[in-house]
Amino acid sequence: MMTSMVACDSSFMIKKLLEFRIPGIDYDFIIDTTHVAMWLVSIFILVMAIIARVKLNKVEATDTPGPFLNVIELIVEMLGSMVDGIMGKNANRFVNYISTLFLFIIISNISGLFGLRPPTADYGVTVALGIITFILVQFNGIKKNGVKHFTALFQPLAFLFPINLIGEFAVPLSLSLRLFGNVMSGTVLMGLIYDLVNPYTIAYPALLHGYFDLFSGCIQAYVFSMLTMVYVNDKIADE
Amino acid sequence: MNISGQEFIQAMSAIGAGIAMIAGVGPGVGQGIAAGHGASAVGRNPGAKSDITSTMLLGQAVAETTGLYGFAVAIILMFVQPFKG
Repeated sequence: MMTSMVACDSSFMIKKLLEFRIPGIDYDFIIDTTHVAMWLVSIFILVMAIIARVKLNKVEATDTPGPFLNVIELIVEMLGSMVDGIMGKNANRFVNYISTLFLFIIISNISGLFGLRPPTADYGVTVALGIITFILVQFNGIKKNGVKHFTALFQPLAFLFPINLIGEFAVPLSLSLRLFGNVMSGTVLMGLIYDLVNPYTIAYPALLHGYFDLFSGCIQAYVFSMLTMVYVNDKIADE
Repeated sequence: MNISGQEFIQAMSAIGAGIAMIAGVGPGVGQGIAAGHGASAVGRNPGAKSDITSTMLLGQAVAETTGLYGFAVAIILMFVQPFKG
């Protein structure tokens, strides 16, 4: 009884889809639901970007944009003003990365609506995003402040060094755990609800999907990119 | 009824997961306070509604972190089962 309750075959776990070996390498390579969902998300973003680029090349500056280009313009303007509001004059250097991050996270989170297991509900994905942010913050801190970036760890008092160091390394940990925890909790709850009343599940999970996938997903994408900007801006802002 | 050591560990892991989720109390209180102050701020200055809302949501998402640490511990206890031996 106990074993069946906590067995790892619930519908919200990561599932192994394919296992293969490359000759000469002593390692089992595994393709699981996270990989497939990430490929689908990446392909979706790529196709949309290519269509937008092709349409943008065709259109003249004096033409009225069609509905597709209007939506693209709306998204680009929204992302631009979001980055501009936080980073000010440094916005141009970071708007590409932050926009990519935001679009990837938001489409990953929303992919739960389309029957995929969200890639961001896998800690491997979010910790990678967190480490990218950590490297971005440290790189820009060193580039801007040089040696002062490291001596700042001893401010205001030298014996606070361990606490400052932990504070630096807590950034990727808390960022990745926040995204993972939010998306994972939504996935677990939706999986439990679908398991609970499977034959009668017709319409009411739509409401919960609206909350867990759409609302929570959008908020978390916003928070992740916002906090990335705030942490980077802390390091590169002028005194 | 005989309980084997394995079953005892699983039962204790389930209880531990339940206790870990008590961490959800803190973020609930914190987010409620943030939402209340946000509402009163909008009441005082309705023009700044969008700024207040985005600041409030950012603060709430940061306050949620401790609860999510508890959630991560509960998930690990339930599904990864590090004490299974």
